[in-house]
Amino acid sequence: MQYFDNYLQSKGGYDYTNAKRNELMKAQGFKEMPFTKTGTTIVGVLFDGGVVMAADTRATAGSIVADKNCEKLHTLAPNIWAAGAGTAADLHHQCAHFNAKLKLQRLNLNRQSRVNEVITKLTSKLFPYRGQIGVALIIGGVDCNGPQLASVSPHGNYVYHPFQSMGSGSLAALGILEAKFQDGLTKQQAIDLAIEAIEAGIFHDMGSGSNVDVVAITKEGVDYRRNIRQYNAKSHQKQIPYPFPINNTPALRKYEFNFEKQELTEVGQEMEIVE
Amino acid sequence: MYIPMNEMLKHFKQDVPTMANITHKSEQWSPYHDNSGTVLAVGIPGAVIVAGDTRLSNGYNIMSRDATKLSQLTDKCVLATAGQYADFIALRKFLQQRLQLYEFQNEVQASTETVAHLLSRELYSRRFFPYYTFNLLAGLDENNHGFVYGYDAIGSYDKMTYGVQGSGQELVVAVLDNQLKGYNKINKTIPQTREEILDIILDCFSCAAERDIHTGDNVEILIITSAGTERLIKPLRKD
Repeated sequence: MQYFDNYLQSKGGYDYTNAKRNELMKAQGFKEMPFTKTGTTIVGVLFDGGVVMAADTRATAGSIVADKNCEKLHTLAPNIWAAGAGTAADLHHQCAHFNAKLKLQRLNLNRQSRVNEVITKLTSKLFPYRGQIGVALIIGGVDCNGPQLASVSPHGNYVYHPFQSMGSGSLAALGILEAKFQDGLTKQQAIDLAIEAIEAGIFHDMGSGSNVDVVAITKEGVDYRRNIRQYNAKSHQKQIPYPFPINNTPALRKYEFNFEKQELTEVGQEMEIVE
Repeated sequence: MYIPMNEMLKHFKQDVPTMANITHKSEQWSPYHDNSGTVLAVGIPGAVIVAGDTRLSNGYNIMSRDATKLSQLTDKCVLATAGQYADFIALRKFLQQRLQLYEFQNEVQASTETVAHLLSRELYSRRFFPYYTFNLLAGLDENNHGFVYGYDAIGSYDKMTYGVQGSGQELVVAVLDNQLKGYNKINKTIPQTREEILDIILDCFSCAAERDIHTGDNVEILIITSAGTERLIKPLRKD
């Protein structure tokens, strides 16, 4: 174990052991798997007394929709939420990791978590990985310094701004936000603006789609609305249901497992697949 | 565990992607763009049904929600194309002009089989700079029976009873194999009527629109019979 600690320390904390393996695999002809990215449109809007964040619910793997109704709004602390775009696995694990880390800190210090703590911790982790951890987050929360909204890029850059959008649909959403945002919005106005911005992303960006989730954070608490808007129902309901009668699918072989005797026996004769 | 120094040093010298050796390969310009979308065609005795979604995409953007992928070449046949829209337009123009010339010279419209062969030769003429088009030529043959000719990008073709091309191909073709050919069924009950087949086609498109980001907006359906052509437009998901 001592060797391992020394080894890692001397390498400087940049762990690229898998990079070489990936190169080798590519050279041998392994096709790079498309990891599930979230495509995504996420927005954050600051209003008088709090912050609103909204997201769409489509997760894509390449050009196929992997999840039609996934959750992109994650809790980091009771008063701080994050909307995430980028690689789905990275987002899920990083947010869970920081949620736990912040909770531990709250238990130790007996103090509410602050938005700037989250930003510092996140960026300190992301920067050394040079953007390989694909998380683009919008962090919003209300703490002792008031309501704050920031965005964090996968390379570790952060920006504080009263409205943010990230993801493949960010430009569509940003158009709406730039046109309609004003200082001093009320909570309901901010929610409506955020929903409109996500709508733009859903309809005009193909990486985003399905429904809208919204969370509004104020000093009083958190108001999370899952699927507050659902636009795109399945367009055609088949008139005549597909006929799948029982015993109509040919089986090559049939086995029977007897639980009492705990034995597997072959049953019946081989059937040919008829085409 | 003791590791000798030269062993340790071997690890330091390995290639890590530092700023010095990260070279960003600039994306080379490509003459091809995939405007995506899905087309399918089904032939039954007496009619052929051709359907295509109307979304034109470019990467993650939607260029048009109302762009047709279907082109009626003669009274009896329709070309349905997925792939690059510019190449579809160029191919369509060539075929329309060439078939008009055929009609002038022969005083009769070209049969579906003739058009199929013509399309194959035109695609192969561009063997070394192909049309980025994945075509289906659907039409009625001499006995008024509907058939579909499926093509690859360079002109290889085959006469089939149904075909699917485009970004939603993998999502749809297995359903059609099961429903229209009875694959993996012992008692094959194959739908014969136009209504049943239209129902299946619409369902296939709505399912493709659920899972393929490039398919959506509307589905345009042309039904070719000896009596004429009927056109239907049904809505699909717009996200």
